[in-house]
Amino acid sequence: MHELGIIVHITKTLQSVAEENHLTEIASVTLEVGEVSAIVPDYLTDCWQYYRKKIPLIEHAEMNIEVMPAITFCQSCEKTYPTVDYGRQCPHCGSWETWLVTGDECNIREIEAQ
Amino acid sequence: MYKVYEIKKRVFEDNDREADKMRGELRANRTFLMNLMSSPGSGKTTTLKRTIEALKDEMRIGVMEADIDSAVDADAISETGVKVIQLHTGGMCHLDADMTRQGLEEMGTEDIDLAILENVGNLVCPAEFDTGAVKNVMILSVPEGDDKPLKYPLMFQVSHCLLINKTDALSCFDFDFRACEERVHRLNPEMKIIPISAKTGEGMEEWYDWLREQVREWNSGK
Repeated sequence: MHELGIIVHITKTLQSVAEENHLTEIASVTLEVGEVSAIVPDYLTDCWQYYRKKIPLIEHAEMNIEVMPAITFCQSCEKTYPTVDYGRQCPHCGSWETWLVTGDECNIREIEAQ
Repeated sequence: MYKVYEIKKRVFEDNDREADKMRGELRANRTFLMNLMSSPGSGKTTTLKRTIEALKDEMRIGVMEADIDSAVDADAISETGVKVIQLHTGGMCHLDADMTRQGLEEMGTEDIDLAILENVGNLVCPAEFDTGAVKNVMILSVPEGDDKPLKYPLMFQVSHCLLINKTDALSCFDFDFRACEERVHRLNPEMKIIPISAKTGEGMEEWYDWLREQVREWNSGK
């Protein structure tokens, strides 16, 4: 359950953004969460429902989560493939010389606020 | 009227910044902070006790025990006579840089050469949050199995040294060292792997040497 810790960090970032832009109320927060980020969107939303009540700035803010697909690039054959289906070994050529291109994100993309 | 503000920020950004800042301060202070991670029951506290007994005459050691609740680990460590404090995470499954800072401030680092953070027993969450430690050390114990690197890749990626503990129990389990090593090095080619038994002492000398060298290098300020 590291989702609660993540919510605490999101809130801290939002508080500093609000301060910089003189915002008093956030209506929604949109996150980008990678498929292999080890974050469970449902847990994240649950933690958000619990935690937002404690902070007036985000008390009524909805959380939107956009799941980013995980894609791995193979150094050997220079092709890409879906990470979740094949893991670290390239399904095209069998190489282990692969690295994740996208899919481990945990970003705050945008907020609606006043 | 609500307006849309583009943020485009990684959630871990503030924590990573805080962790880097802390490493700078530790460097100036000549304090080496080691973050010890593993699943529950892998032998963190036993390994620590033995390590402290072996090194406490050559360096000043302080320990921060992080748990969701209770002080059983802190009580066990305090038997060694070194400075120890108990941190409660308030239900959280890991420590972040902020919480680690609070712990270091409570413990005080002026008279500490080696500060050890015993993180919450968990192979998932502590890997996500940089605590500000100079080195991450993890323990995997033989009964847990050689397939753990496949299940918890991030933990093996962020660690610098892996202690494979409970080698005295090898005959009871099907633990394939070669397979484990291969899996670990595929994720993290730099990982130092040391098989140990915190119970019998097997392999512990190599571990002490590794740790000594890390502490010496960091605290020399080079």
